Amino acid sequence: MNGASFPDAPAASTAALIQRWQPRTLSGRMARWGVGIVLAYALVALLTPLAIHLGVLADPNAGLDNPIYAAPSWGHWCGTDRLGRDVCVRTLAGSGVALQVVLIALLLALVVGVPLGMLSGYLGGWVDRLLVLLMDTLYTLPVLLLSVVLAFLLGRGLPNAAAALCVVYVPQYFRVVRNQSAQVKAELFVEAARSLGAGPIWILRRYLLRNVITSVPVLLTLNAADAVLVLGGLGFLGLGLPETIPEWGSDLQQALTALPTGIWWTALYPGLAMFVLVLGLSFLGEGLESWLSGNDTERNAL
Amino acid sequence: MSRRNELLRYLGARLALAPLMLWLIASLVFLLLRVAPGDPIDALLGPKAPAAVRAALRQQLGLDQPLTVQYGHFISNLLHGDLGLSQASQEPVAGIIRQSLPASLELGVTALLLAAVVGLAVGFSGIARPEGKLDLAGRLYGIGTYALPPFWAAMLVQLVFAVWLGWLPVGGRFPPSLLPPTGTGFYLLDSLRAGNWSQLQGTVRHLTLPAATLGLLLSGIFDNALRLNLRRALASDYVEAARSRGLGEARVVLRHALPNALLPVLTITGITVASLIGGALLIEVTFSWPGIAFRLQEAISQRDYPVVQGIVVVVAALVVMVTVLVDLLVALLDPRIRF
Repeated sequence: MNGASFPDAPAASTAALIQRWQPRTLSGRMARWGVGIVLAYALVALLTPLAIHLGVLADPNAGLDNPIYAAPSWGHWCGTDRLGRDVCVRTLAGSGVALQVVLIALLLALVVGVPLGMLSGYLGGWVDRLLVLLMDTLYTLPVLLLSVVLAFLLGRGLPNAAAALCVVYVPQYFRVVRNQSAQVKAELFVEAARSLGAGPIWILRRYLLRNVITSVPVLLTLNAADAVLVLGGLGFLGLGLPETIPEWGSDLQQALTALPTGIWWTALYPGLAMFVLVLGLSFLGEGLESWLSGNDTERNAL
Repeated sequence: MSRRNELLRYLGARLALAPLMLWLIASLVFLLLRVAPGDPIDALLGPKAPAAVRAALRQQLGLDQPLTVQYGHFISNLLHGDLGLSQASQEPVAGIIRQSLPASLELGVTALLLAAVVGLAVGFSGIARPEGKLDLAGRLYGIGTYALPPFWAAMLVQLVFAVWLGWLPVGGRFPPSLLPPTGTGFYLLDSLRAGNWSQLQGTVRHLTLPAATLGLLLSGIFDNALRLNLRRALASDYVEAARSRGLGEARVVLRHALPNALLPVLTITGITVASLIGGALLIEVTFSWPGIAFRLQEAISQRDYPVVQGIVVVVAALVVMVTVLVDLLVALLDPRIRF
């Protein structure tokens, strides 16, 4: 699903793009739902620390006064976990953490992958071949496996988790950007610019970046969806973020031990939060893709 | 050049690339350990270990030798199938992997078969009316199964069918009260071959929930791939030509569009399944299924570096080989591929 190569979006005017926005089609509706869901998560991510600070919500790590494994009640809407911590508060606090790590990781991947891809595609030759082989190898590896190795080596921590996630997505940006750069390089207008004395940096900036940038937003959204799942997977394996930070994956790992006794609330809410966020980001990405490619019925498959 | 020669050349190039990629992966894993911030001895023993113990372990792991010598040892051991010893149990890592791989493969293959049947059926069902209710439902099904965190979906399934309803066991691969079947390590095959009914029953009962969960989660890939490619095939000129010859719609879909849509489905699912299997196999942890991912989690919690390294190299090698095999299969089946 991810890592697809997208068709070059023609440089359409904004008016034409708006005209294509047809909320009656499924893609349009999905995109709207996606925007709504992602905005809601962003809002929760911003407001939760504030509410905790003001004392409206309990501290996600405080729980020694509470009964442990209490079922959902008026006092604790989603119950408490094995240390008596409030599941609702931890689930809400998790959204900020997830968005933060994923955002940092993807920005890092973008900053590394895009220039590398542009250079590789533009320069060609053995540098290009070597980079392509390296990136193809990384790309072949299962996403989770790669980040597990890195997270294991880097240890727990917020920047560490972001770095472990980032490496997974660098090859995806590299591939898309590199292929487009190699294509654009051969175009007549680039040839013309070069013969007029334009240097490589000018050409990269003026012609490549603009062509390339259209395919990045879709990839970014779909990768964000994927990254939320990978971060959760890392947490579930006991990797990624430090134990003091409330994170959905590690909360689920702790919920697993109590599950056979029928304690469902510690497992339901963090997973549900993760599922809806991934769903929202996927909707947004899919809608964005059909919108940008100007075709609501046909999607590029590979 | 004749088609036969071209095909052979392509196969040769693709096969030559595979060992190169494997070597690159092994070297990356080796390098990562050495350039990662912090001393690997610290990672294994903790920073407070006495100096003598640290020195002894350093020597035992060969970390006191120059990097090039270490690398030479690592690669030559790898070529001989020697992945080192587990820090936690002193067992050979290769043995640990050989023990747990059949469990993973049995789960994975059963789930893939299920995923293909369900996913292709869902993807095909929407074709009668594009953009109709069934088609849209199929599209949502594809996105929904992707968005479900695999280990969480497994927890819900476990809660409902094993804990609340009590229909099937909560976890594990085989009832502890019985002797597991011996032979290949694939319990389904082994118990069938031995003709042992109670063993087969135990195996199937334990396999049902994990395989069904993984199968349903992976079926979205098949659903998406078939739906998109079938639609593309139906919009093509040769389908138009077939229709204008007056052929019935059923014949057009089944004989003209479907065969052409299935080939890209093979490529896409091959690639996606290979990359997704890592995440999906996390359900092994949920169901305590004693496969490779379960071992990986164990090794991570014990900070058992040689086991983590071994599992990563072996799984990566398997994935690269599956990808190459799918490529070769597509090249063999598709008369148009020319390289």
